[in-house]
Amino acid sequence: MSSEHHKQSFLTKYIWSTDHKVIGIQYGITSLLWLLFGFLLMMIMRYQLAYPESPIPFVGSLFGESGILPSEMYNSLGAMHGTIMIFLGVVPLAFGAFGNYFVPLQIGAIDMAFPKLNAASYWMYFVGSVIMAIGFFVPGGAANSGWTSYPPLSNIATTGQTVWLLGMVMLITSSLLGSVNILVTVIQLRAEGMTWMKLPIFVWTQFITAFLLLLAFPPLEAAGVLQLMDRLAGTSFFMPSGLVVSGEVLTNAGGGSPLLWQHLFWFLAHPEVYVLILPAFGIVTEIIANNTRKPIWGYNALVYAMVFLGFMSFIVWAHHMYITGMGTSIGAFFQTTTMIISIPSVVILTTLLLSLWGGSIRFNTPMLFALGFIPMFGIGGLTGLPLGLAAADIHLHDTYYVIGHFHYVVAPGTIFALFAGIYYWFPKMTGKRTNETLGKLHFFFSMIFMNGIFMPMFVQGLAGVSRRLWDGGETYAHAADVLYLNEVMSVSAWLLGLAQIFFIVNMIISLFGKKTGEKNPWNATTLEWTDTTSPPLGHGNFEVVPTVYRGPYEYNVPGDDQDFTPQSKKV
Amino acid sequence: MSELTPEQVKNHIKTYVLVFVSLAFLTIVTVGISYLEVSVGMGITLALIVASIKGSLVACYFMHLIDEKVTIYWTLIATVVAFLILIFVPLSAILDHTKI
Amino acid sequence: MDIPYTVKNRPDTGLYNGKLGIWLFLASEVMLFGGLFSAYIFLRTGVESWPSGSEYLDIPLATLNTLFLITSSVTMVMSWASLKLNDFNKFKIYAGITLLLACAFLVIKYFEYSHKFHVGYFPSYNNFLGIYFTMTGLHVLHIIGGIIVIFYFWIPGAKMWESDPERFTNRIEIVGLYWHFVDLVWIFLFPTLYLL
Repeated sequence: MSSEHHKQSFLTKYIWSTDHKVIGIQYGITSLLWLLFGFLLMMIMRYQLAYPESPIPFVGSLFGESGILPSEMYNSLGAMHGTIMIFLGVVPLAFGAFGNYFVPLQIGAIDMAFPKLNAASYWMYFVGSVIMAIGFFVPGGAANSGWTSYPPLSNIATTGQTVWLLGMVMLITSSLLGSVNILVTVIQLRAEGMTWMKLPIFVWTQFITAFLLLLAFPPLEAAGVLQLMDRLAGTSFFMPSGLVVSGEVLTNAGGGSPLLWQHLFWFLAHPEVYVLILPAFGIVTEIIANNTRKPIWGYNALVYAMVFLGFMSFIVWAHHMYITGMGTSIGAFFQTTTMIISIPSVVILTTLLLSLWGGSIRFNTPMLFALGFIPMFGIGGLTGLPLGLAAADIHLHDTYYVIGHFHYVVAPGTIFALFAGIYYWFPKMTGKRTNETLGKLHFFFSMIFMNGIFMPMFVQGLAGVSRRLWDGGETYAHAADVLYLNEVMSVSAWLLGLAQIFFIVNMIISLFGKKTGEKNPWNATTLEWTDTTSPPLGHGNFEVVPTVYRGPYEYNVPGDDQDFTPQSKKV
Repeated sequence: MSELTPEQVKNHIKTYVLVFVSLAFLTIVTVGISYLEVSVGMGITLALIVASIKGSLVACYFMHLIDEKVTIYWTLIATVVAFLILIFVPLSAILDHTKI
Repeated sequence: MDIPYTVKNRPDTGLYNGKLGIWLFLASEVMLFGGLFSAYIFLRTGVESWPSGSEYLDIPLATLNTLFLITSSVTMVMSWASLKLNDFNKFKIYAGITLLLACAFLVIKYFEYSHKFHVGYFPSYNNFLGIYFTMTGLHVLHIIGGIIVIFYFWIPGAKMWESDPERFTNRIEIVGLYWHFVDLVWIFLFPTLYLL
C-alpha cells in the first residue's frame, strides 16, 4: 500500500488488482453480462411459452433441426435462468460490486480489510461462473431440476447437475470470503467519528447482508456436498428406499430423505431473498435522501427494522415447504414467523414513503428508478402474504402466482434499485455523466413492460397454472381461459429486452463522453461524494482521510448556507 | 492478545497443561460411558454433556475465549443461535411430520 | 497509507483485523459442520434402526486419534505462547510436533478408510457409512488445509519473524484458532459417529 508512483503493469493494475474499486468494477461488469445472459435465456423460454413448439427465431439452430426448444432444454433454461440471475447476477452486483466499491468509501476507509482476499473472492466467483457455463456443454446440457435442485429428481439428473453443484461450492466459498471482508471492514475500518448510528443506510444493509450470507450459505454448501456424494459416490442421503425410475427399482441403499435437502436448501434460500433485497433498500435510501433534499424519516426505525428482518429471516424457511406433509404445529410455527417478518418490511417501506413527504423532489433518472422501486416492491411484498398463509398456499404453491410474486420483488424491485445505483454512482466511478433522456426512456419503458410480464402471472396462478411447464399450461383445461396471457407476457418480455438498449447505449456513449471534473454533482452528503475525487484516487481513496462529525443525511440543515452539509464538515 | 506480558503468558501455559490433562481424562470418560448400559436418549445426553465440557475448555482456554472481546462474543452468540435453529427446527419438523 | 489495525488493536473493539476475520470465518464453519450434524440427526431420526458406531468403526483406534488431535491443539497454542515469550526455537519445535501429530491423525484415518474399503464398506453401503465418510472426510480436508498452512509458517513463511515479529505472532494466533476449531469439531464428531 506504500509507493504512490511505481508503475504497475496492466495485469497488476486491472486484472489481479487488490484495489476494492477495481474489484468492484470487475464484479459489476461480470455480473451485468450474466444478467444479460440470464435475460436472454428467459426470452427464449418465453417464445416457447407464447408459441408452443414453434421454431425459436435467431437461435433455433442450437436446438436441432426443427429449431423447436425441447422440453429438457426448456427445463435447463429455467433452472439456469434462476441460478444465473440470483447467484451470478444480482448478488454479485448488489453485494460484490456496489458493496466492494462503496462501503470503504462511505465509511472513510482506504480499502477493504483484506484486499488480497477480496481479489481472491472475485476470481473464485469468476471461476464458479465459468464452471456454471460449462454445464451447458456437457452431455444432457446444464442443470435441469430447477434452481432449487430438489432430489430425487436432481439426484438422478444428467451431468449438468454435478457441474451445478461444483459451481455452487465455488460461488458459496467466494461469497463467504466476501462476507468476512465486508464485516471486518465495517467493524474495524470506520473513520474517526463514524459511529454506528452515523453510518449511511447503504452500509448498514451491506453489513446485515454479509451476516446473512456468512451464516446461511454454509448449510447449502453442506447439502451440496451431500448431493455430490449421492451422485458420485452412490450414497442415499436424499434417496428414499424403493425408488422406481422408468419402471426399474433403484439398487441404492435408500433410507434417505428428499426433505433433508429441502430444509438445508431453504435454510439458505430464504435468507438469500433478504440478501437480494437489503442492498436494494440501501441504495434506494441513499437516492431518496439525496433527491428529496431532506434527512431520511425514521433512520433508527429503519436500522432496527432491518436488523430484526435479518434475524427473522433465519426462522421462516419452511413456508416454502407447506405442502410437504408438515405437521400442523410446525406449519403453524412457520406461518407465524412468516407473518411477523412482513412487519419490518412494512416499516422499511413506510419510512421510505414518509421520507418523501415535504421533500424538494428532483426527478432525475436514479430517483425515478428509486421511486419506481417502492410500489413495485410493495406489490411483490403484498402478494407474498397469501403465500405465507399455509391454507392459501395450498392453492398457490408451485403456480405462476409464486413466480409473479418473487419477480416483482427482484425484477422491478431489486433490479430497479440496482439501475438506480448505477445511474447515481456512475459520475463517481467515472467522473462523467450519463444521458438523462436515455435514462428516462430506459425507466419508463422498463416500468411498463415489467408490469406487462409479471402482473398477468397472478391471474394465471390464481387460475391454477403450474410453474415450470414447457407448454405453458396448454394441456390443462383449467388453464384454457388464461392461456392467451402467455403471448402478452412474452411480448412484454421481448420489449423489456429492447428497452435495455437505451441503458446499454447510454453506458457506452457516457463512458466515452467527456470528464466533467465534478466531484459531487448530486450535492450529496456522504463521504464518497464529499471527500473523494471522481473517480477516487487509485491508492488510498482520500487525499486526507476524513473525520466524521455528522449523520449521513444532513440536508437543508437550518442555518446552513447550502442545502446539504457533508458528514465530514466540522461542527 | 497483543497486550499480554511474558508473566501472563507463563501463567497461561500452566492453564494449557491443566486443560490438556482434563481433555485427555474426559476423552477416556466419554469412551467409558459408551460402554454403560443406558437408553439411547441417556447415551446421547451424556455424550453431549461431556463433549460440551471438552469443547468449552478448548474454546475458553486454547482459543482464549474466556477473556475475548465483546464483538467476538456477539458474533458467537448469533452463530450459536443460528446453529441451534439449524439443528432443532428440522428435527421438530420430522418429528411433527404427518404419519401416513 | 497502510490499512490500520492489521497488527495493533482498534481501541473500541480491542481487536486486530485478522482475529475478527478468523472468528467470523469459524462462525461460517460452525454452520457448515452444523449442516452436516443436522443431516445426521435428520437421517437417523427418519429411520427405524440405525447401527451403533462399534458395528463398523474401530473405537480404540479413534480414541488414540482423538488424543493425537487434542495434543496437537496443546502444542499449537504452546507454539504461539513461545513466540509471545520471544523463543523462536521453541516455536519451531512445538509447531513441528503439531504437524507430526496432524500427520499421525491422517495416517490412522488412512488405515481406517482403507480397511473399510477392503471389506466392502463403501459410503454407498448404507447411510451410516455414508454420513461417516462424508463428515470425517470433510474434517480430513480441513486437517489437510491446516497442515498446509502450519507448514507454510513453519518453513517458508517463518521469515516474517525477522521482519515483523508481532505480525507473525498474530498470524500464528490466527492459525491456532483455526486449528483448535478443527479439534473442536472432532470432539463432537468422535462421540456422535463412534460412540452413539
